[in-house]
Amino acid sequence: AGAGGGNDIQWCFSQVKGAVDDDVAEADIISTVEFNHSGELLATGDKGGRVVIFQQEQENKTQSHSRGEYNVYSTFQSHEPEFDYLKSLEIEEKINKIRWLPQKNAAQFLLSTNDKTIKLWKISERDKRPEGYNLKEEDGRYRDPTTVTTLRVPVFRPMDLMVEASPRRIFANAHTYHINSISINSDYETYLSADDLRINLWHLEITDRSFNIVDIKPANMEELTEVITAAEFHPNSCSTFVYSSSKGTIRLCDMRASALCDRHSKLFEEPEDPSNRSFFSEIISSISDVKFSHSGRYMMTRDYLSVKIWDLNMENRPVETYQVHEYLRSKLCSLYENDCIFDKFECCWNGLDIVMTGSYNNFFRMFDRNSKRDVTLEASRENNKPRTVLKPRKVCASGKRKKDEISVDSLDFNKKILHTAWHPKENIIAVATTNNLYIFQDKMN
Amino acid sequence: MFVRGLKRKCFDGEEDIEGTLAGIKAIPSYNLQRQSLLDMSLVKLQLCHMLVEPNLCRSVLIANTVRQIQEEMTQDGTWQMINTQSTGQASLDRLVSTDILCRSSREQAEGKHVPSYGTFSKDFEGDQGQDRSETMSTASSVQAPRNLQSNVWEMENPQENKGNFQKSLDQIFETLENKSPNSVEDLFSEVDNSYYDLDTMLTGMMSNTKMGHCDGLETFSSPTNTASNSNCKSDLNELDHIVEILVES
Repeated sequence: AGAGGGNDIQWCFSQVKGAVDDDVAEADIISTVEFNHSGELLATGDKGGRVVIFQQEQENKTQSHSRGEYNVYSTFQSHEPEFDYLKSLEIEEKINKIRWLPQKNAAQFLLSTNDKTIKLWKISERDKRPEGYNLKEEDGRYRDPTTVTTLRVPVFRPMDLMVEASPRRIFANAHTYHINSISINSDYETYLSADDLRINLWHLEITDRSFNIVDIKPANMEELTEVITAAEFHPNSCSTFVYSSSKGTIRLCDMRASALCDRHSKLFEEPEDPSNRSFFSEIISSISDVKFSHSGRYMMTRDYLSVKIWDLNMENRPVETYQVHEYLRSKLCSLYENDCIFDKFECCWNGLDIVMTGSYNNFFRMFDRNSKRDVTLEASRENNKPRTVLKPRKVCASGKRKKDEISVDSLDFNKKILHTAWHPKENIIAVATTNNLYIFQDKMN
Repeated sequence: MFVRGLKRKCFDGEEDIEGTLAGIKAIPSYNLQRQSLLDMSLVKLQLCHMLVEPNLCRSVLIANTVRQIQEEMTQDGTWQMINTQSTGQASLDRLVSTDILCRSSREQAEGKHVPSYGTFSKDFEGDQGQDRSETMSTASSVQAPRNLQSNVWEMENPQENKGNFQKSLDQIFETLENKSPNSVEDLFSEVDNSYYDLDTMLTGMMSNTKMGHCDGLETFSSPTNTASNSNCKSDLNELDHIVEILVES
């Protein structure tokens, strides 16, 4: 298992969740995907404000050739649409991010956020219920006291498993702009939330106060040229976090330095390549996602065309750059016109040496940092027999198209994979197309 | 490939110009492409005002692109060149993306006489609160007035153009800003719940009703919102609506 790289792993279809028809209901569009810390639970959020949590079955001893399947565990409405009367604007209920808390007791906790409000949800199981009350019937109706002739002690009896989700905290009214990220600190007591211009620090227990730790709003909004696009806490250092910008920079801040971290401790920026300069250079340099490696030594950023790995000790350039879909570089004008150039792709690690990100036509890409090999795979219902190994795909940029290749002009730009997640411990990945969730596993034995 | 509208007036792929007339033809082609990009960007900026709260990141990126083009055009001196070059033919070559929503039907009616982009944007700002639903259903083909618009824009004095252009860009940002005006801004950053204090809101509004709703709502709307009757009416309706809801609850 150790030496396997992105291409040494053979990815197999495992499951697909979601509606089959091509007609996608807007509310069903998946907007975020996240495994919990053990990988047993997989949560998705959608545009309709719902959260669906899948649970992995316990591994079946007899079926040792495949890992447990993920089945629906809980579904709940996390956020509702709201109306801001003061600004006369709707606040979308779309779930932008979900982040799990590490498990401390029997219940599970997660943070989910829309554009304005973050909520802490408790998901707990109930598999017993009290029976044998003296004053109430089983259905809840009160008994006539005169009919009670004996007394008994109510006992707990098993019942069908019920999974309940309840909102424990609501963190509201702290963001003027749209929240794009939430990140739980390694102290497991605080977390940050970032919108386009500000980052706030919260304590999980306290909902009526938050500290503003980054503010890049200019005094005069006419001078605004840069926004915050993503933020994340360092996995080990509880005073360190990073945030990325629409100009392709990443700033690392230390909260011990000052209360307001407007001055970065480190600034990561790659000098522009003059030969590739165009009117779209800035737009495609805008970072859509930033993720630390498990160790915290490296971080990965995603911009429109590439994935970059940065060593935290080197600010002036990334240590590795991987091209996701370089064939789009000559199509930037069209992609600008149809707004695809503003698509925000996420990226994820297996934690150490393989990174994954999505592309168009329901393709997703994996890069092995060790072997430097990469592969393009497709999330499609056509390969939906379990344990079918996925066939690598190839896009033909120009010239003669070989058999089985797909030409750039045939790509479907409506089928985009923006959200992907990697199981924290095993080679299981979750890939979200517009309204379906695909789960792939590596081929065992 | 999923492409709308603009086809070849684009930086995509190879240049259409072969080497033969490269020297002379290449320059206007690049300029035309650049102008198309500029037009496209301006339309996008306006479009994003019409929907639910505009995506700030996208707006900022588009605005930066517009600035970049403007700077380059200023450096080239082509800012002046554009004016001499424009004709009815050129205007048709401009971005004509049929399913881009442009303006409300009312603005189209009023817009015939509107000479500059600056004024255009100002009118637009005042209407956006009310006209959002209108614009969503407005017939999408507003090419004629739009082109007339840009055509007329080009005809004007280039200096004024530049000034208007800068002004309009600033107005766009002001509008973005005024979605979250300063007074409310400060409340948010301190997580002050008095924003939702109905008494405060009502008092603030009600005490100003006698002066005219435009003044009363000034802190909540664009400062460039001049006292045009239509603006006052929409604000008045909004105020009534809010009061109705508050009273009912």
